Amino acid sequence: MNMQAKRYDAGVKEYRSTYWEPEYSVKDSDVLACFKVIPQPGVPREEAAAAVAAESSTGTWTTVWTDLLTDLDHYKGRAYRIEDVPGDDDAFYAFIAYPADLFEEGSVVNVFTSLVGNVFGFKAVRALRLEDVRFPLWFVKTCFGPPHGIQVERDKMDKYGRPLLGCTIKPKLGLSAKNYGRAVYECLRGGLDFTKDDENVNSQPFMRWRDRFLFCQEAIDKAVDETGEKKGHYMNVTAPTVEEMYRRAEFAKELGTPIIMSDYLTIGWAAHNSLSKWCRDNGLLLHVHRAMHAVIDRNPNHGINFRVLTKLLRLLGGDHLHSGTVVGKLEGDRAATLGWIDLMRDKYVKEDRSRGIFFDQDWGSMPGVFPVASGGIHVWHMPALVSIFGNDSVLQFGGGTLGHPWGNAAGAAANRVALEACVQARNEGRELEKEGKDILMKAAEHSPELKIAMETWKEIKFEFETVDKLDVQHR
Amino acid sequence: MSNVQDYPSRLSDPTSRKMGTFSYLPEMTPEEIRKQVEWIVKNGWNPAIEHTEPEHASDYYWYMWKLPMFGETDVDAILAELEACHEANPGNHIRLIGYDNFTQSQGANMVVYRGDPV
Repeated sequence: MNMQAKRYDAGVKEYRSTYWEPEYSVKDSDVLACFKVIPQPGVPREEAAAAVAAESSTGTWTTVWTDLLTDLDHYKGRAYRIEDVPGDDDAFYAFIAYPADLFEEGSVVNVFTSLVGNVFGFKAVRALRLEDVRFPLWFVKTCFGPPHGIQVERDKMDKYGRPLLGCTIKPKLGLSAKNYGRAVYECLRGGLDFTKDDENVNSQPFMRWRDRFLFCQEAIDKAVDETGEKKGHYMNVTAPTVEEMYRRAEFAKELGTPIIMSDYLTIGWAAHNSLSKWCRDNGLLLHVHRAMHAVIDRNPNHGINFRVLTKLLRLLGGDHLHSGTVVGKLEGDRAATLGWIDLMRDKYVKEDRSRGIFFDQDWGSMPGVFPVASGGIHVWHMPALVSIFGNDSVLQFGGGTLGHPWGNAAGAAANRVALEACVQARNEGRELEKEGKDILMKAAEHSPELKIAMETWKEIKFEFETVDKLDVQHR
Repeated sequence: MSNVQDYPSRLSDPTSRKMGTFSYLPEMTPEEIRKQVEWIVKNGWNPAIEHTEPEHASDYYWYMWKLPMFGETDVDAILAELEACHEANPGNHIRLIGYDNFTQSQGANMVVYRGDPV
């Protein structure tokens, strides 16, 4: 190498002179990121993109003499492409490539401390949103990933050929442990595979965690004996300290329970990564809730898109992750949701702008995560849910189970019958979203529980258009 | 409360025992079984048959009927094997599996003949 030694020239240079390289061809080993940028008025796009690249990698606001003690070209992030955002004249997409050597192996924490660190408060940009990240295969292979993954969970729970069924126990706060366990038992004996602690059910004065775990395990065991099927309750081990979290997880393991849960954003990524490893070492499945996600991902101009939070959870590890339902009370964007449920489950996901996916993503041999559709859904949504989510999903009906006029067991049975009728019809080649009403009506002929559930929640429409809401920010 | 119906499941009642996918629906008719076999063939899965005495239905491993029918796409041939297994084991649960060797899992798994409840 006959590289010319550089001279030190103090002062402030334009970022684009160092960090904007439109002719750069990306390497397979690079971490790639797509940011949506709204620059401050008067700041050219190239300069804003270069500033983001600099501030999220090696750069600072001024030249420093120690830059010359290293090979900056080897370490710096580069903005290599700029694109218009359809339907938004203020914003543009900046594509940035980060070299492999910038990051610690297997550390999601390290990658995001760089990518979404100081740069989000940076003055040259008015707003900034991380839309997508391409993790190179070397990084994927150094991350831990789901403790078990979809196939192993199916084998352990002995459930195939259909989505799994769950229910979050309500009211979320205030029940005694014994009454709470009753609600769990009724759901499970009625035909659900899982029940779930709500995210903020931890260990409050009205119900301490140990009492809850004991009563819920009794509920599981009895429902298993009664139905002959394998069942679980997501025992929430979210706790104020990591040590306490492990104490609760160890107790759950001693009870022989199959699955526990955590909240990966509120407990922190390092804590979550450790818990996920613990789950693989100890053979417990891990359900992952996403409390706080909307703080980060809801604003279309600033923050981190949920597809990125999805990818990083798959890297950190989890066997289930809440994905949004597309239908129901938390109506999400259908195309975008389809995009990130693929990112949870598939081995290889191709770039597809119509679903908000900016990069090809190779997951190597990393197992998949079950997407969990939960919130405001009931039996009438079942045909659409089976059609949208397919088999590898967990469909969770909270009010849609517990709100049944004959109680939880009947509500659970109604959902199970509706689910199986939809799966059978789909396998027979019928179009669920068009024929959903007929399919459910026919199933209800031999299920009084389903019939009364359908009368309780009334019909909703199944035409594709009624649930379809394309992503306005990508239009 | 007169219009609230009791949920009839009992530990003491063997008909309360379920056996996985489709066990909350009525037993399938021959025509319905045929359609599920067609679904397995259409997906390129390898059909397989297993059976068990009903009292051991919750075990992971049931008895394998011969070997999985690797590469079999003849729906009638698959139905004939189901029938043969059923005739040879009349009181047993008989299930049809579609092995998906790409996901290393089972794309389908359903009991098509239900044994005598115990």
